[in-house]
Amino acid sequence: MNFFRQLTEKSWLPDENGALSIRDNNVSDTASSRVGLKVFLVVVGFLFFLLTVSYAGRMVYEDWRPVPQSWLMWQNSAMLFMASVGLYFAQISARQDQWNHVKIGLIAAGAFTVGFIVGQALAWQQLVDKGIFELTNPAVALFILITGLHGLHMLGGLVAWGRTADKVWQRDKFKLSIVRQSIENCALYWHFLLAVWLVLFFLLFSGNDNMGILLTICGFK
Amino acid sequence: MSDITQDDVGYVAPAENAEQDLYHPKSWITKYVFCQDAKVIAIQYASTAIAIGLVALVLSWLMRLQLGFPDSFSFIEPADYYQFITAHGMIMVVYLLTALFLGGFGNYMIPLMVGARDMAFPYVNMVSYWVYLTAVLVLIASFFVPGGPTGAGWTLYPPQAILSGTPGSDGGIILMLVSLALFIVGFTMGGLNYVVTVLQSRTRGMTLMRMPLTIWGIFTATVLALLAFPALFVGAIMMLLDRILGTSFFMPSIVELGEHLSYSGGSPILFQHLFWFFGHPEVYIVALPAFGIVSDLIAVHSRRHIFGYRMMVWAIVIIGALSFVVWAHHMYVSGMNPYFGFFFATTTLIIAIPTALKVYNWTLTLWKGNIRLNTPMLFAIGFIVTFLNGGITGLFLGNVAIDVPLSDTMFVVAHFHMVMGVAPMLVVFGAIYHWYPLITGKMYSEALGKFHFWVTFLGAYLIYFPMHYLGFVGVPRRYFELGDTQIFTESVGQLNAFISIMTFIVGFAQIVFFYNMFRSYIVGKKSEMNPWGAASLEWMTPEMPPGHGNWGKSLPLVYRWAYDYGVPGARDDFIPQNMAPKDVPMEKKARKSTRKRKS
Ligand code: HEM
Ligand SMILES: [Cu+2]
Repeated sequence: MNFFRQLTEKSWLPDENGALSIRDNNVSDTASSRVGLKVFLVVVGFLFFLLTVSYAGRMVYEDWRPVPQSWLMWQNSAMLFMASVGLYFAQISARQDQWNHVKIGLIAAGAFTVGFIVGQALAWQQLVDKGIFELTNPAVALFILITGLHGLHMLGGLVAWGRTADKVWQRDKFKLSIVRQSIENCALYWHFLLAVWLVLFFLLFSGNDNMGILLTICGFK
Repeated sequence: MSDITQDDVGYVAPAENAEQDLYHPKSWITKYVFCQDAKVIAIQYASTAIAIGLVALVLSWLMRLQLGFPDSFSFIEPADYYQFITAHGMIMVVYLLTALFLGGFGNYMIPLMVGARDMAFPYVNMVSYWVYLTAVLVLIASFFVPGGPTGAGWTLYPPQAILSGTPGSDGGIILMLVSLALFIVGFTMGGLNYVVTVLQSRTRGMTLMRMPLTIWGIFTATVLALLAFPALFVGAIMMLLDRILGTSFFMPSIVELGEHLSYSGGSPILFQHLFWFFGHPEVYIVALPAFGIVSDLIAVHSRRHIFGYRMMVWAIVIIGALSFVVWAHHMYVSGMNPYFGFFFATTTLIIAIPTALKVYNWTLTLWKGNIRLNTPMLFAIGFIVTFLNGGITGLFLGNVAIDVPLSDTMFVVAHFHMVMGVAPMLVVFGAIYHWYPLITGKMYSEALGKFHFWVTFLGAYLIYFPMHYLGFVGVPRRYFELGDTQIFTESVGQLNAFISIMTFIVGFAQIVFFYNMFRSYIVGKKSEMNPWGAASLEWMTPEMPPGHGNWGKSLPLVYRWAYDYGVPGARDDFIPQNMAPKDVPMEKKARKSTRKRKS
């Protein structure tokens, strides 16, 4: 039942159905772990939203010197995308009970994610090599902070990935629904962090000009 | 509609949460220390919060010594004074009230009031407490590093917070920020639990609108906290990097002691925005649980259903939502665009509408109620009065033109102490007395409780009421001493001395509270089950205090809302939430009850 509909219930009136079985009517069948994950993702989304606003707010000043684009970051984005595809594949295969495919998907996702994280580290290194790693430049500092926090979230994801893989490989020890749920949760997390990354990527590499309209709408300019 | 009984719909066994294996402690350590039972975690949270709160109380005494009797206590240097106010404010707001309401009452009450066996993720819940404890220990550690704790004020405004002129700019500020970051991580773990438990673990029949207002307050406050704390988190991390790595998120280019620092191009205002985007919701993180709890105390102890339950729920949710669009009323003096000031003044005043509605509804609940003036009820009424008082000064401060001269004066100090210091603490006390029999199985001493109330309540007014006046005549806040400032008459000094003396009296009176709690726990008389005749579910456990897993063999079934007091036709003046309509004892020759109540 829809949350807002529930809020209009006149609960002071006598109950017409005896013991309402809320598990059938009100509380969703969704696993608690999934609800928990969604709430967590909202929190994560808020964190990155605030970083985005901070970044956008700083961009509009004259002295803004953004970090130059690098092909490496395009490659990293592609890796993260592939990781998400891998998990999507695992997700679909798990629903069809094709466990070998699930394993392939998981391994691919893990490998691409590690690739992404290593790639991000290399991108930092690139800044150092090019001599533009000045922390007093707010653009660079924000770049490091934002990519760093996103990277940490991916690292955390790898822990969950490890636990999921463990369940998949030792499937006989767990309930099927739990193994499946674990894969679904992993996939959701990756898709979400991919989406966050794409926004951040756009933000980090868009100069003042292509963001201009957006910044004007938001009242920063 | 005549009552339909359970048999008519066929018996539905309560659904156990399939995924949740109830955790069984194996040893003493896992039972009392690393415990995953929400009730134990609640006690751990509450004791830690109260312990660190006592530290903050002592700090406030030290501050008052200086303010009341300047030049008399040579051991208080200006730097110490700033460290005291900073630690005092931060501890009270974050480490005491937030942790106590959500970690303490949230953990204890949510599973019991919604009819669950435990939180949705007991393990995460346990880790949450230990991270919180670590945050507290890091905060305490900052008192012992060279340079001492930070003296930047609880708002931690940069650039001063990390410049060498501010006390504690070495290790103190670093540990403060680390501690905050830890607190937020720990809170997020707990917060996920509170939200998911309310959404997923309610027992059969417990629809959202049958939850007691306590749960609505705690639930909404948790949602606010989950969304507001990230702002503080981002701010803390950025400032930490500014301090340690020399980034310039918040630091403009600056000359310190004739030396040009390497910072450049940061924005101190950005921090203010981040801080208050957290800071204003934070005040409602504290206020909403208090609203909820006080509603329940009033209903139970005046034997009436809460007036306008549905509106009370909506008001909580609306206040929560609005609290995200008023933050800049703390920044009127930051040089903001006047149009922004206008916008934020408007939103601020709009919040007063749902808030006033709540106050009316509490009053209307009391109206013609069968009021029992016992200790919890006294505290609840004390809350209404105090909160009203603080809310009205808030309306003053919400207007830009009035706020500008009052900003950073004792008037602001009086406002926020009334509204988020005294008022929520009164609720905390009321709630502790109210649920003491449930938690300990013993009854406290009513006489000592009443004594505690009167000293605390009257004393708090004697402390904070004069501060409004001090603010009006221009006494600034966060000043070590006023010196020979010509504009202040002698009465300012006398009033300050009076306030300080009252602070000591009220502070020491709290010993009565602790004495009452400990003594009653040991030698108090055993409480009967459900001593207040409350209708809500937490009192319906088979044992009191509730055992592990709360509900014995099977979960309760819920047939009604939490406020069936004085139902016409019923024999008793309350009907428990889990009593089936056919089991309700009726008055001898009761007319057929219609039980239609307008609300
Ligand atoms: C209708 C209700 C309220 C209004 C209109 C209001 C308005 C304001 C305004 C405008 C200020 C800034 C004063 C200044 O710094 O010059 C302020 C400060 C403050 N308010 Fe409120 N307020 C309200 C309710 C509350 C509540 C419910 C709480 C807490 C439970 C609260 C806690 C605080 C705190 C802690 C500060 C001081 C922050 C600081 O500068 O350290 N207020 N309030
Ligand atoms: Cu505010």
